[in-house]
Amino acid sequence: MDLPAFSFAVEWLSIFRPLLSVVSFEFRSRNLLYMANYSSNQFKNGLKVMIDGDPCAMVDVDFVKPGKGQAFTRVRLRNLLTGRIWERTFKSNESVEGADVMDIDMEYLYNDGEMWHFMDPNSFEQVAADKNAVGDSDKWLKEQDKCVITLWNDNPISVTPPNFVELQVTETDPGLKGDTAQGGSKPATLSTGAVVRVPLFIEEGEMLRIDTRTGEYVSRAN
Amino acid sequence: MSQTLWQPNASIDNLRARARVLAQIRQFFAERQVLEVETPVLSQCAVSDPFIDSLEVSFGFQPGQEDERLYLQTSPEYAMKRLLAAGSGDIYQMAKVFRNGESGRRHNPEFTMLEWYRIGMDDHQLMAEVEALVTAVVPGLSVRYLSYAELFEQTLGLDPHRATLTQLQQVCRAHMDAPFEDDDPDTWLNLLMSHVIEPGLKGGVFVHSYPASMAALAQVRTDAQGRQVAARFELFVNGVELANGYHELTDAAEQARRLDADQHQRAALGLPQRPLDRRLVDALQAGIPDCAGVALGVDRLVMLALGVDGLDQVVSFMHARA
Repeated sequence: MDLPAFSFAVEWLSIFRPLLSVVSFEFRSRNLLYMANYSSNQFKNGLKVMIDGDPCAMVDVDFVKPGKGQAFTRVRLRNLLTGRIWERTFKSNESVEGADVMDIDMEYLYNDGEMWHFMDPNSFEQVAADKNAVGDSDKWLKEQDKCVITLWNDNPISVTPPNFVELQVTETDPGLKGDTAQGGSKPATLSTGAVVRVPLFIEEGEMLRIDTRTGEYVSRAN
Repeated sequence: MSQTLWQPNASIDNLRARARVLAQIRQFFAERQVLEVETPVLSQCAVSDPFIDSLEVSFGFQPGQEDERLYLQTSPEYAMKRLLAAGSGDIYQMAKVFRNGESGRRHNPEFTMLEWYRIGMDDHQLMAEVEALVTAVVPGLSVRYLSYAELFEQTLGLDPHRATLTQLQQVCRAHMDAPFEDDDPDTWLNLLMSHVIEPGLKGGVFVHSYPASMAALAQVRTDAQGRQVAARFELFVNGVELANGYHELTDAAEQARRLDADQHQRAALGLPQRPLDRRLVDALQAGIPDCAGVALGVDRLVMLALGVDGLDQVVSFMHARA
């Protein structure tokens, strides 16, 4: 746990607490919004729907029409809770309930040992995400970085770190002097605990730019 | 993206190749003395098939006023049969046809259909002619012939004519996630065909002798096993449906009965009731020669000729850019 960020958050809270109750009310009132039903001819990539009680995103939608007879819509779905991807076929007149899923930019505050806490910088609303929601993203989370939090019925179900993060090297073998151009790499442990392959010339204490989508070193950070 | 939406989605080279295929098709029919005809794209009547939706057009004698509701043709079949009954002899046409709601990798709401009718031929003779045309356009294509029953028996070990609704549902659910209910066996047969069998069909495959319930406008006959089968065929090439043909129904009373059955099914499914083309029944009543007819998707044929896998590579402007 990073204490400075923690105390910063507590301070932040104490100043804005009177505001929070009002904001929370507005924030949660989205629940009252009517979730539309979508019929299979409205299906499209990116649509979020409820399937067997779980929120799912449509990844690919294809129209299947036999020579004679009714048409089908074959959809590749991603379960937003488990990440499972599979195909389901719908009849042409079937409909499914929309899922109250939204992506929000939030700032990462701190980890309390169990939950990861994030704040909407506009509303100051905070949410706490558990290990299921954070998944492997925890190794890229740095305090005050902007993340995308996916909320389902206002509860966080996944956390997407920024595409690029800047993290400090806490442990790596000593750098090789003069070896700045040659290839070759070595493991380096970063401040978040992530281990990445870095060039031989990188030393402890340096700030590195990492692509979180591939987990690869990009460059030294300036 | 919006800055490039004025551009065609297919390359000019592909459109040149497309034009060569169209010329080749016309040459094919010229050599066989088959007459090229044109019939109206706009009709007072719509197709009866409950699973094909017609696009509606408002016709008025003043702008903004509707005096007549017209329908864009989904196929030139009805009008061409009226020509046959009027003594046209062998005919073909290449026409734009329109189908509401059909959009996907291999579907566009408007597409080019080649439809032709051969007097005195049955479905098997017409399949041979379709093979001659397709292999002329796509040289080196190997072609096989299988009955609908043989195909299901070979692929799934299932007799499509005798399997019960429960058996069909079980086989479907073992192969795919399709948890809906439906009490029409044809729905499950269509699912197995489109999801399990078609994707595995390599090369050209003529599937013939469909279950009688899928006859559409084909004659029904009794096969060697004593089963009622439709004199209907489809051609699949590398898993894509390319053509659908019939030994045509010539019985006016049976035609009227099928139109009414479609209209009843439309009502039961809550689908729009549209004017049925009784002039087709009248034409059959007046007498249509014994003939076989087939419709073939020209855009898909061009796709095969060019070895590409999307309609957008052979159609100048798809729905999204039209």
